Amino acid sequence: MLGIVRRNVGGAGGLYSQGFGRLRPVASAIRNYSSGGKEMTVRDALNSALDEEMAADPNVFVMGEEVGEYQGAYKITKGLLDKYGPERVLDTPITEAGFAGIGVGSAYHGLKPVIEFMTFNFSMQAIDHVINSAAKSNYMSAGQINVPIVFRGPNGPAAGVGAQHSQCYGAWYGSVPGLKVLVPYSSEDARGLLKAAIRDPDPVVFLENELLYGESFPVSAEALDSSFCLPIGKAKIEREGKDITITAFSKMVGYALKAAEILEKDGINAEVINLRSIRPLDRATINASVRKTNRLVTVEEGFPQHGIGAEICASVIEDSFGYLDAPVERVAGADVPTPYAANLERMAFPQIEDIVRAAKRACYRSVPMAASA
Amino acid sequence: MGFARAINPHPLPLLADTRATKPVPAPSSSSLFLGSTRTLRPTQTRSISSPHRRSAASAVAAKVSDVKLKSTTNLLVTKEEGLEVYEDMILGRVFEDMCAQMYYRGKMFGFVHLYNGQEAVSSGFIKLLKKEDSVVSTYRDHVHALSKGVPARAVMSELFGKTTGCCRGQGGSMHMFSAEHNVLGGFAFIGEGIPVATGAAFTSKYKREVLKEADCDHVTLAFFGDGTANNGQFFECLNMAALWKLPIIFVVENNLWAIGMSHLRATSDPEIWKKGPAFGMPGVHVDGMDVLKVREVAKEAIGRARRGEGPTLVECETYRFRGHSLADPDELRDPDEKARYAARDPITQFKKYLIENKLASEAELKAIEKKIDEVVEEAVEFADESPAPSRSQLLENVFADPRGFGIGPDGRYRCEDPKFTEGTAQV
Repeated sequence: MLGIVRRNVGGAGGLYSQGFGRLRPVASAIRNYSSGGKEMTVRDALNSALDEEMAADPNVFVMGEEVGEYQGAYKITKGLLDKYGPERVLDTPITEAGFAGIGVGSAYHGLKPVIEFMTFNFSMQAIDHVINSAAKSNYMSAGQINVPIVFRGPNGPAAGVGAQHSQCYGAWYGSVPGLKVLVPYSSEDARGLLKAAIRDPDPVVFLENELLYGESFPVSAEALDSSFCLPIGKAKIEREGKDITITAFSKMVGYALKAAEILEKDGINAEVINLRSIRPLDRATINASVRKTNRLVTVEEGFPQHGIGAEICASVIEDSFGYLDAPVERVAGADVPTPYAANLERMAFPQIEDIVRAAKRACYRSVPMAASA
Repeated sequence: MGFARAINPHPLPLLADTRATKPVPAPSSSSLFLGSTRTLRPTQTRSISSPHRRSAASAVAAKVSDVKLKSTTNLLVTKEEGLEVYEDMILGRVFEDMCAQMYYRGKMFGFVHLYNGQEAVSSGFIKLLKKEDSVVSTYRDHVHALSKGVPARAVMSELFGKTTGCCRGQGGSMHMFSAEHNVLGGFAFIGEGIPVATGAAFTSKYKREVLKEADCDHVTLAFFGDGTANNGQFFECLNMAALWKLPIIFVVENNLWAIGMSHLRATSDPEIWKKGPAFGMPGVHVDGMDVLKVREVAKEAIGRARRGEGPTLVECETYRFRGHSLADPDELRDPDEKARYAARDPITQFKKYLIENKLASEAELKAIEKKIDEVVEEAVEFADESPAPSRSQLLENVFADPRGFGIGPDGRYRCEDPKFTEGTAQV
């Protein structure tokens, strides 16, 4: 497809767990891009994708809280109101169930709504519509009525926002047939997957990450093209390796890549897979990788029970049991509602050291178990 | 119903003085709502704590509306319209009775909710719609689908779970969808259909304003019950529909009971029509057992919506003669109440009206009834003889884009594998 774009190793443009203290080097000798020198933040990537899709298709409209005059709660929809007017960029009252349902109803008649949830935690107020009227409708109507809707918004923890604003919904939505669930990491992912989602005739849940919005990633010229789409259901191998497979999505991809660098120094050559799509899950890529490396670590920020890692583990056992040389290691968020205190919050979500430790355990290096909650 | 009938909240000048007991805030729209809401007879008060709503005001209103009604009686329906409506109501009744029979014979299963007694609402409203207008309903949706034009055999097959059903057997009793007839469901969760209907109305407006289809004046009807009128989504949509002036009519089929929960036990203010003006739209109460009255109100509400004047909330007082579903023992409802409403059967009333006003003869009506009997019998035969869905249908239509099932171990899209729909859990 696009060829692997090697991300800079020097630390800038990378990820910082609490989102503060970012350094931007002016230049880094280690950086290489596939072409040109363009960088783009995830926020701009999403904004440009929305802009281009709205320009290309008048049926596309954006609806959500603060998407218009406020320019978006996280500024993702900045500038769209001025460009497309209030009939296509709609500020709603605080009525998640109502406007999610309105989106579904308009999608029944062929419009293409992009419904923004300020965070996916608020989608719980509208989850009936995401699941019962969006996901299931094509099936219940036997193909007569499809729902080309996109539900997007930040998912998972941010920094110090407390228990009710920090849950990851990948596992919940990922278990529903009839939905497609996408989890972009880089700007290229964000652009390509959002465009694919908007063009897709089925309901798509698009889980972004608040802390990634401000991160810059290099983008190829191909990714900047207005017809650039990524395939839904295909994971990306961010870093090739031969000793152990690490799967991750969203912000954890960045952590996994950094963990891979640390492991490299200890002689463990890790392969990092960016899932990009939770539903459909790219079982083929994951299994092919595990058959190559024989060890697996799954990384996610959500709660461990019934999580994405559990599904990947089951998938690998079903398809590649004989190839595993070690039990699958699941690195997930702690099994607690998210605490507020900064040090507790840090302990409640996977950090780079946790991924490193898990990988070493899978390689049978003697390491202490991670601190339990 | 114990409390006094609500009167038209757009008072004709004559009523202005007598309605001092119940001030009604005028909604922002200036059109006078002319639907008649005649009270039939003095209400029998039950153990209701609303003594202020007594007959004084309603009696005066009754007189005025009586007068008004008599003067327009002859213009309410033509013969063709009358027969069309009558046929539709008979179809609804016979079909639902047949459903009950089939259920007890084991041909139909799961949850089945019958519409007996409420036919006036469905026929009164839906027979005024165009094909492009949309209808959204709840689980009590068989008759809405039939009124909108879905063939009886398609609905019956769907109920039998056969592949010739309107949703190929995949939806069932509670999920009637028809893209051709713009029946947008069929929802099991109460209140779920209301935002969807609001969205369909939104599309109408969007098509007109953004996509510049200047003549797009499609309206949407959302049918739901008294229990739903307490649900949060209902209020969210009243707000947004009025805010954005969407072409939607919220039709409350107030049959007083939500399974076994009486409307009066569940609602702080039982007069649902009042919730309309609170959000800035007209709220109307109409006798839902009288199809002509419903039709008049519907005409005006639909006209309003088509002209772009915004939404309307119509509360139809009606009653379901059977239980909530075929599994409901229906023990909580007072037999006297049931008898009273049975005496107001909409079909008998309308038949009487047609005959008395010489719009149809007994023979013509009997011919219609016979015809409908045959249609429904034929539908049952058709459904009986239809095949059950094949195994491969299980995985079909989950996604409009079949690649939604992802990529298989061979690196290609699973849906490209010819054996894709043969297995079940394998994907």
